[in-house]
This record gives sequence, structure tokens and C-alpha cells, in this order.
Amino acid sequence: MPAQSIWTLLSWGPEGWLDDIAYGALITVALALATLPIGLTIGFFIALAKQSEEPSLRLAANIYTTVFRGLPELVTLFLFFFGMPILLQHLVRYFRPDATIDVNSFVAGMIVLALIFSSYASEVFLSAFRAIPKGQYEGGYAIGLSNWLTMRKVIVPQLLRIAFPGLENCWLSLLKDTSLVSVVGLAETLRNAYTAARVTKHAFLFYGVAALVFLALAVLSSFASGAILRSLGRREAQR
Amino acid sequence: MSTTATMVERPPPQARGWPRRRIAGYALVCLWILFGLGIVSYLVLAWNADFFARYAPAYLRGLGVTLALVSISMVLGAILSVPVAYGRMSSNRILSGLAYCYVYFFRGTPLLVQTYLVYYGLGSFRVELQSVGLWDFFKDAFNCGVFAFALNTAAYQAEILRGAIESVPRGQWEGAASLGLHKLQTLRKIILPQALIVALRPYGNELILMVKASAIVAIITVYDLMGNAKLAFANSFDIQAYIWAALVYLVMVEILRHGVEWIERRITIHLKR
Repeated sequence: MPAQSIWTLLSWGPEGWLDDIAYGALITVALALATLPIGLTIGFFIALAKQSEEPSLRLAANIYTTVFRGLPELVTLFLFFFGMPILLQHLVRYFRPDATIDVNSFVAGMIVLALIFSSYASEVFLSAFRAIPKGQYEGGYAIGLSNWLTMRKVIVPQLLRIAFPGLENCWLSLLKDTSLVSVVGLAETLRNAYTAARVTKHAFLFYGVAALVFLALAVLSSFASGAILRSLGRREAQR
Repeated sequence: MSTTATMVERPPPQARGWPRRRIAGYALVCLWILFGLGIVSYLVLAWNADFFARYAPAYLRGLGVTLALVSISMVLGAILSVPVAYGRMSSNRILSGLAYCYVYFFRGTPLLVQTYLVYYGLGSFRVELQSVGLWDFFKDAFNCGVFAFALNTAAYQAEILRGAIESVPRGQWEGAASLGLHKLQTLRKIILPQALIVALRPYGNELILMVKASAIVAIITVYDLMGNAKLAFANSFDIQAYIWAALVYLVMVEILRHGVEWIERRITIHLKR
């Protein structure tokens, strides 16, 4: 077989692999974007629980972050990916004895990444909560807002602005952690680069391309976060 | 009794009864207890002396490999981070640009990709590596892991070092210069002792991150703790293989975390008021 040139390998179409890697990049972005809202929501509530005056809530939230920040991402992923089907199977067997269960790698990755992301994001939210003076809550109550309205109208808008840089870091590590899901067979950037490297024997080339894809995503998100930060700042200025 | 005595405001009464948040808190703690009991009872029920006899020594060996990998790459990374941090702080455009690119690359791409690049990617240059005699080094998965991890952690440690050194006010440099100390002496006697207090916590975090990240060398066939767990799972299809590994990692991380906090309390005693 004549050695294919690098440009054929990197072309778009049946001969090249660029379309596969682009498709993988799409999956990477989709996974990270699908995880983000779940992780942010859980992280926010964990932070709320951590700064509550109820000790049992604090304890529960602290166990959560200790566990999911202490376990390696890969171990959590494997535990979930291999353990969840066994657990579910035991439960389902009570109703339908012949059922078999497979966990979709996208969903498993989403859940595991959300657990990890939320435990890091909760720390960011917590320090942002502490940066908001108590007078803000008192002011909200004084003009007759309910607990919920004070949170939504007074606290959260400030919280987001304070927490934004920390959340951006969480997002970047989420983006990088998506590569781990390739290990349980999700066809994202790294997985497709792996296949391409296997087939063509140009390992350095394709892993280099995968690295560039992740770098490009990081650069793109720093542009996006700059734009978001500017718009947050603008809203602040209009007040 | 005079009523003019200053009225001390009483603390608000302790919340009694079962407000919603207390119910939620108790429910969540119960959930965790159930979860923990579930895992313990599973491990007890699935207790298999055969499994334990077969894999416990392997896990211990794996733990040794993990610790060796992390400590070697941390030390190599620390050494490598010094020139990178110097480059980042240098006023020379080219030098600081190079160092910036290095840091950006290693912090912007996943460690797994970097490890693949070294382990599989360098295989593309087998002939060239053989001719310089480096192939024997890169043939071994453990060496590749150490190489990738050291490069990666060097980028993070360089940023920690730079941040810590820049956190020391300029006046400290000027004061030292006015006392006639030269640059190296200033750095060693005045700047670093102050900077390292700032840097301790980030260094501890980096160490914990490395311990956690070291699990990924299992994918490039290194038999560290995770690698042995993978092997045990592949042979037995018993999920306790991963549960044991998870427990060991969790204990390791908690020890490190509390150790760092203890050291921090010790070395900042003089700053307490």
C-alpha cells in the first residue's frame, strides 16, 4: 500500500479522517453542553445546603463533595458504567426476569461528569455566597420579598457575576474530562482519533489533531466567556 | 431591680420542630447512610476469600506503582517548572511567549490526550528514536506515563510558582536590594520563604489532582492501582474490584488533604493573631 500523504489522511470524505474527527468534536461539545445545566443546578443546591444553618444538610452536602472530589474521575466513571447496569438489573429482575440493561455511554458520561462538575462548582458557588454581604438578604426581606424572590432577584444576579471566573475554570476542566468518556466507548474526539491512529498507523498525527481540537475548544470558550463577562458587566453598568 | 440596665439582646430561640430544611437534611443524610450500608453489606455478602487472596497483593503492588508514578513525576515536574516559571516572568518577549505556549498547551488539552501522544504517538518516530537510543525509554508504558505526567504537572506547577512569587510585594525585592543582597540571595532568603506559604495549598491541590489523574495510566497498560482493578474486574466481573480501588483512592486523597491542612496550620502559626 503506498503511503498516503498527510493531506489525504486529513481530508474530508471516505479517504480522510477529518469528518470523523469533526463529528467527534461535535459529540465532545454536545456532552459538555448537556452536562453543564445539570451540573450547575446540582452544584448550586449543594452550595445552598453547605451554607444552611441546618447541620444535617451541611453534613450531607459535605459528604457529597468529599466523595466526588476524592474519587478519580476514571474510577467514578467505571464504577458507574459497570456498576449501574448490575444494580438496575437486580431491581428490574423483580418485575421482568429476562430483562437486560445496558447503560448508554453518553448518558453514563453525562451523569458522572455532572457529579464531578457539580462538586467543584459547589465550592465556587459557596465562596461566591460568602462574598455577598448579609445586608443584601436583609434588604430583600425589608422590602417584602419572599425568600425565593430575594434569592432570584437580589442574590443570584450578583452571585453569577462573582462566581463566573471560577465556573469558567470548572467548564474548562469539564471540557477536558469529556475525553475520559472515550474509554467506555463514546465516539467523541479522542475515540475517533484513536480509531484513525489504529487504522492508518499515524498515531502522532491524529493524537496531535485531537489535542488541537481540544485547544481550539478552550480558545473558543475563552472568547465566549469574555463576551458573557462583558455583557454581565454592561448590565451592571446600566443600573 | 433597675430597668435601666443595658438590655442584652437575647439570641434567637433555637429552631424546634421539623422545618422543611431539617426534613430534607435528615432525609439526605439517611440516603447517604443507606448508600454506605448498601456498599458495606454488598462487600460483606460478596466477600470472597479467594478473590481477596488473589488480588490483594496485586492491589498493594499497584498502589506502590501509583505512588512511585506520582512522586517521580511531581519531583521531575517541580524541577522542570522552574525554567518555565522563569520564562513566564521574563521580560524577554520570545522567552515568555514560548513559556506561555507551553503552559497553554499542557493546561488546555486533556492529560489523556497527552499520554496517548507520548505512548502511541512517539511510536510513529520509532526509527528516529532508536537511532538516538531513546526508544528503550519510550517502549515502557510506565516511563511514558511519567514523561507525560511530568510535562503536564510542570505547566501547572510553573503557574503556581509564578503566582506565589508574584504575590510577594515588590518592596520586598527593593528592601533586599537596598541591603545589598544579590538576586539569587534575595530569592532564596526572602522571596521563597514567603512565596511557599502562599504556594502550599495549590501545591497540595496539584498533588491530589495528580494522584487522581494517575488512574488514567491504567489505560496505557500500566498496572497501577486502577490497572490492577481493571484486570481484576476483567477476570472476575465482580464490581467489588472497582469499589476496593475507589476506597483506596478516597483514603489516599483524604490523608493528603488533611496532611496539607495540618502543615498549613503549622507553618502559618506566626501569622495568626
